[in-house]
Amino acid sequence: MQHTNWNGFKEGVWQNEINVRNFIQTNYKEYKGDDSFLAGPTKRTSDLMAKVQELFALERKNGGVLDIDVDRASTVMGYDPGYIDKDNELIVGLQTDAPLKRGVNPFGGIRMARQACAAYGYRLGDTVEDEFKYRTTHNDGVFRIYTDEMRMARKCHIITGLPDAYGRGRIIGDYRRVALYGIDKLIEEKKKDKQKLAENDFKYEVARLSEELFQQIAFLGFTKEMAAMYGCDISEPAKNAKEAIQWTYFAYLASIKEQNGAAMSLGRVATFFDIYIERDLANGTLTEQEAQELFDDFVIKLRVARHLRTPEYNELFGGDPMWITEAVGGMGKDGRTLVTKSSYRILNTLYTLGSSPEPNLTVLWSVDLPENFKKFCAKLSKDTDSIQYENDDIMRPHHGDDYAIACCVSAMEIGKQMQFFGARCNLAKLLLLAINGGYDTTSGIHIGPQMPVMDGETLDYDEVMKRYDVYIEWLSKLYVNTMNVIHYMHDKYAYEKTQMALHDTNVERLMAFGVAGLSVVADSLSAIKFANVKPIKDELGYIVNFDTTGDFPKFGNDDDRVDFIARDMTHKFITELRKSSTYRNAIHTLSVLTITSNVMYGKHTGATPDGRPAGAPFAPGANPMHNREENGALASLNSVAKISYEDCRDGISNTFSITPDALGKTDEERVDNLVSILDGYFAKKAHHLNVNVLNRETLIKAYENPEAYPNLTIRVSGYAVNFCKLSREHQREVISRTFHECV
Amino acid sequence: MIARVNSIQSLGTVDGPGVRFVVFLQGCNLRCKCCHNPDTWECSCGSEFTPEQIVEKAEKYKEYFGKEGGITLSGGEPLIQTNIAIEIFSLCHQKGINTCLDTSGSIINENTEKLLQVTDRVLLDIKYTNDKQYRENVGCSLDTVLEFLSILNRMKIPTTLRQVIIPTVNDNEENILKLKAIAKAHPCVDKIELLPFKKICQTKYDNMGINFPFGNLPTPTASKMSELNELLK
Repeated sequence: MQHTNWNGFKEGVWQNEINVRNFIQTNYKEYKGDDSFLAGPTKRTSDLMAKVQELFALERKNGGVLDIDVDRASTVMGYDPGYIDKDNELIVGLQTDAPLKRGVNPFGGIRMARQACAAYGYRLGDTVEDEFKYRTTHNDGVFRIYTDEMRMARKCHIITGLPDAYGRGRIIGDYRRVALYGIDKLIEEKKKDKQKLAENDFKYEVARLSEELFQQIAFLGFTKEMAAMYGCDISEPAKNAKEAIQWTYFAYLASIKEQNGAAMSLGRVATFFDIYIERDLANGTLTEQEAQELFDDFVIKLRVARHLRTPEYNELFGGDPMWITEAVGGMGKDGRTLVTKSSYRILNTLYTLGSSPEPNLTVLWSVDLPENFKKFCAKLSKDTDSIQYENDDIMRPHHGDDYAIACCVSAMEIGKQMQFFGARCNLAKLLLLAINGGYDTTSGIHIGPQMPVMDGETLDYDEVMKRYDVYIEWLSKLYVNTMNVIHYMHDKYAYEKTQMALHDTNVERLMAFGVAGLSVVADSLSAIKFANVKPIKDELGYIVNFDTTGDFPKFGNDDDRVDFIARDMTHKFITELRKSSTYRNAIHTLSVLTITSNVMYGKHTGATPDGRPAGAPFAPGANPMHNREENGALASLNSVAKISYEDCRDGISNTFSITPDALGKTDEERVDNLVSILDGYFAKKAHHLNVNVLNRETLIKAYENPEAYPNLTIRVSGYAVNFCKLSREHQREVISRTFHECV
Repeated sequence: MIARVNSIQSLGTVDGPGVRFVVFLQGCNLRCKCCHNPDTWECSCGSEFTPEQIVEKAEKYKEYFGKEGGITLSGGEPLIQTNIAIEIFSLCHQKGINTCLDTSGSIINENTEKLLQVTDRVLLDIKYTNDKQYRENVGCSLDTVLEFLSILNRMKIPTTLRQVIIPTVNDNEENILKLKAIAKAHPCVDKIELLPFKKICQTKYDNMGINFPFGNLPTPTASKMSELNELLK
């Protein structure tokens, strides 16, 4: 097949099948030079961004929400076109008819939508209330079949963050397909797939898929109509860079209008766009300045994307992140780097528009990346604290070279794999539950296998481990089944029609489980093994505290005695999870990621044998507990690097804060040293690193005077936040984290 | 052979080029009035490790060293344990780890050259540029240090001259120009680093119940530091 809009592109199988990867591989131009070619912001860009900053200030002043359209449920075509500044926008499209005005999405659950409106002084409109009176939401469905035990597990916070009241998210549509092929071709292919199903017996799976295809086709049509409202005809392939970016953005926009998924990532678009930009530059129809402007304008759109959440949700996650994650860089299977000039251009938006948590720019690091690019990234980290790094060398063997990151650390092959997001369970709480024989002292709930409270003057390691195994086995089964309930209902009542239309019809599904409190558990078990842990009981005879005497190795000091406890724990847990079968035969994966909920997890967990008091925050993700690292930054990194990616295929998050002085004396040294640290960490097969280069004093100043630091961005756990949008409690927790300092 | 170690820092970026694994050895022959590690003075304390154990630890960080980084032996005064240092550096060279010695250059003996043969760079802390201040504030003579420097020069060991800048003591033009002249006279010196005097060690002195001799002096301003650095150009 040939299309005039493809003129100038090299031929490949991508012309005969939906295959964006092949298009990229046959057409992209790697770039190994430095950043000197980059253009700064134009006046147009700066003026537009200033308008956006004013809106952000207004939004903050209004308590976090600027406006809500309460009169309709958010749909792809539900709103008139909206603009920030119509005459001065290069890329158009907003979720509603005005910037930062939030739509209401009740498909996941009407109650949450109602509460969110009320929290900001609005009332959900009667039209929506009436419409949903006789409609089953995802949330309704889930609670129809949750078992008593599932409800109890949810209530006592042993499994939390369950996506049972809003969109599950973590799905990345291959938004690029719309630009490369045009909507009509995509509809045609889906129709063919649906036709082909007629050859099968219409058993449950086939009937379900057939209806899903019907929905996918319908929503591709809606996306086309939505674009038409903005004066764009996206039925055919994009014919230049501007259209490629615009078409891709429309596909993403339709998805975030349809869904309010917890994390709705963008994918891996920069190098794809670069092919169009190179063609336009060669034609003389685009300049470098204009290319940067297109990226700037596109990124501005991503920065104003919003979902309506309840204040509790915002408090948990530090503002209202969308996790619009864009994966940048990486290497191809053929050994060429996937870094192009546009990898620089999208990262450059942190300079042209200022630092920002969104989009969540994620560098796919490989030791083989061009040195210039490594240095540019390190410089960006040093200057903006806004990017994160993930190990391309360990993900590529599993996911190929056209994967992206959903949310913070979840890799999936674009358009070919999707994920059932599985929240996480609290391993530290589970340990306490085991010790107390199935009684949760913080909630007063009996749950799990019931047995006597552990006795003895001090806790015996082997006895505790034997107990713990029983509870891990119990929880794993319950956890898998809870996920099965949630995702069955989400598919049934809140299926991602637009996003799944931008996947192959036969996708591979991953079910992503998670653990929280890994370093607390590792240190607690280490204390039980190497020190003396004397349980302290309350008047009811339950263990509520511990008297720990003697020294014990602590996670974060590159000491195998405790680091292997952490490593073995994740291995044990994923092995147990795999024993229960999953909905739609999804592949079990596991993450060590808490986002910012490490504070909430801690709040719901009693005192632990490592000396952590009841209610105190956990360390985020796979981080060692705050300030327990005694041998410096690299020892801390080495400990985390021991957790195996093979066991934790959904990611292992580590957040690293270092003062500028500890990185070196001059800016040049700091950049070079950060590159060495990243190379070393990832050569150790570690998975993820958030890098903050800052002084604790800066955060303390921002804590005392948040208004003066509206744009201070810091990486927290798999994503970045505006420091001033964090709750006071989170701010204190972030300040109390380990800062690797100069000695 | 047992090394006495004060502490180990897995990430050092200010004691030698690149990312370095820094071992602070225990014990010092000097009692500098500006010392920021009084806890390293006493020779008889510290943790005990064999040179093999130290190198084994360092090796766990080899991936981070990049092109320039490696191990740095600091102190205390590493030359007090010269034989240990030789052993550590020799093992490092066998493993392809770059070696850097952070020293005052105040001890010279029959093993000095043997150590320098396995040393890739020396950070020579030349505390003052006149003998009087050396005797008053350090407790040794400038001559020994200059002799050490001439050995480095003869053996062509890349050397960084370092000096802590202490207000009212050595933050003057005369001193800096002298330092520059010393560097010029010794081609092995390829870099001079002026380090601002710091007082975060005050708590160490307090904990040890001893007086911090220069504790009442101010720390240098950033503008003073850049003014002095200008003189080096």
